[in-house]
Amino acid sequence: MIGTGILKGMAVTARNFVGSYFDKERLITVQYPEERNPLPENYRNFPFLPYDGEDPHAGLRCVACKICEKECPPQCIYIVKSDDKKPDYMGKPQFYPKIFDIDISVCMSCQICVEVCPFEAIKMDKEFELSKRERFDHLLLRKEDLSKPNEYYHSICPTDAIDVDAKLAAAAEAAAKKKAAAATPAKPPAPSGSSSAPVSS
Amino acid sequence: MSATAQTIEAMERPPVTMASRLEGELLEVSMGPQHPSTHGVFRMNVALEGENVRKLKPVFGYLHRNHEKIGENTSYLGSMPYTDRLDYFCSMTNNWAYALSVEKLAGIEVPERAQYLRIILAELTRLQNHASLLGFLLNDMGAWGTPLMYAFREREKILDLFESLSGSRMMCDYMRFGGCRCDTPPGWMEQAKKIVDRFPRFIDELEQLVVGNEVVIGRTQNVGVLSPDLAINAGITGPMLRACGVNYDIRKVDGYGFYPRFKFRIPLGERGDTYDRLMMRVLEMHESLSILQQAFAQIQPGPIVNPKVKLRAFRPPVGEAYGRIEAPKGELGFYLISDGGPNPYRYRVRPPSFINLTVLEDLCLGHTVADVMVILGSVDIVMGEVDR
Repeated sequence: MIGTGILKGMAVTARNFVGSYFDKERLITVQYPEERNPLPENYRNFPFLPYDGEDPHAGLRCVACKICEKECPPQCIYIVKSDDKKPDYMGKPQFYPKIFDIDISVCMSCQICVEVCPFEAIKMDKEFELSKRERFDHLLLRKEDLSKPNEYYHSICPTDAIDVDAKLAAAAEAAAKKKAAAATPAKPPAPSGSSSAPVSS
Repeated sequence: MSATAQTIEAMERPPVTMASRLEGELLEVSMGPQHPSTHGVFRMNVALEGENVRKLKPVFGYLHRNHEKIGENTSYLGSMPYTDRLDYFCSMTNNWAYALSVEKLAGIEVPERAQYLRIILAELTRLQNHASLLGFLLNDMGAWGTPLMYAFREREKILDLFESLSGSRMMCDYMRFGGCRCDTPPGWMEQAKKIVDRFPRFIDELEQLVVGNEVVIGRTQNVGVLSPDLAINAGITGPMLRACGVNYDIRKVDGYGFYPRFKFRIPLGERGDTYDRLMMRVLEMHESLSILQQAFAQIQPGPIVNPKVKLRAFRPPVGEAYGRIEAPKGELGFYLISDGGPNPYRYRVRPPSFINLTVLEDLCLGHTVADVMVILGSVDIVMGEVDR
């Protein structure tokens, strides 16, 4: 009979309408600014540079090797290497980025910079409410805007952050052991090792 | 389908009368690129006689963004996030097609768990693509919003799965050469199983909305009939080809990935009209669900990526390769020529929706303007893939 198909469809609509008051699965929207769905741990949106300790300059892990700049598909990273060196987390003197800019109007959050970084120096952020008042300068994030403490990384990605910390601690321990092993048999190299300390300070 | 075929004969549309025509004069209308039902920035120059289409010329290129040239200038890995932007509804299958062609080019083995995970993700993609397509198609027919919102509600659950796995809802960038980027987070597989178990309820509701509905039948049956000969000659693939009754599915023909290990049927249409194309999507969703259930039963823990593949400075040997998969819209292929350098010498995409769109004029001739929108909706295009 003509019309039964339409009535069946109307019944589905009615079931969904009434059901949305009782069934959580039929009404999955939330009132956004007041109510928020929790973000999954893997969520990613724009990179940032985590630093260890208190000082963003001293604790920055980046050594300005420029691998991320080279591998970035839309070429949104701009790095200038420093002239002097500062000690990294293992106490080894390393270069650091004098300038580290990410143009977030170009960045597509593909995570390739994070994957290629050998120093765990760049990680993905979770901030997505990034509306800015100006469209040119405010969308270019400088090193100061990008540097965020390691505690922040722990707060957004707890599992990954613990893994990364363990990895860095293991590398630092291995480096310290190697240094100690190199320093103990022969005394003469020790002054050269200590002479690098003033450079870093 | 035969029960509904009788209903349509009773409601055959009235013939075009002389009064409804502009005698001897053709009216040229430019539909799009801002037309609400052209699914993006697609434009058609339509010559109308009265309300009937006499000529139709598609105009492409409003979303052209040099995808192939960019692919030739970035590294092999760097093209992966760009493939997400081809068909932005199904980024997982785009990733797979590209990864497959690079794996063919460099002869890379993929671990077992990664293969199963790829199949799970591809079938989830097929589910959400077909669900949203049906919603959009009903939207074009005038069922404003309601079925589309039901479809998007289900799609959102699958996108949440993608987000918790890869970090992004639509631009997943998840697959890598020789596997996948990261393993599933704890609890992901259980959640996916739960969503797949609940999915048939949505398909049943959708079938109640669509299958027997007189308006849908009247708008779709015998509209835009595609003959099997024309479909084969024009290179049509995917659900649109199978709706004409041609048994061709790359999952069966090529048997890429682990698809030969799975039991599933290929639904086929009879007439090749819009109704068959619509039903083809509903039936394919049922088959996808059965593939997913088998994959959940078979998947085992193990390595997710081939450790021999280097992420940086990846240089495949000199040669060429064509990798193709059955994407939700048809055959998606990537053709790569390598000269041994870090980026491909030639990078070519064979997009399904662009080639399926080439028969649009043949489908639309003789139908009214209102039918053009329905036919276009049933072709299932995404402009990101058509224009590249």
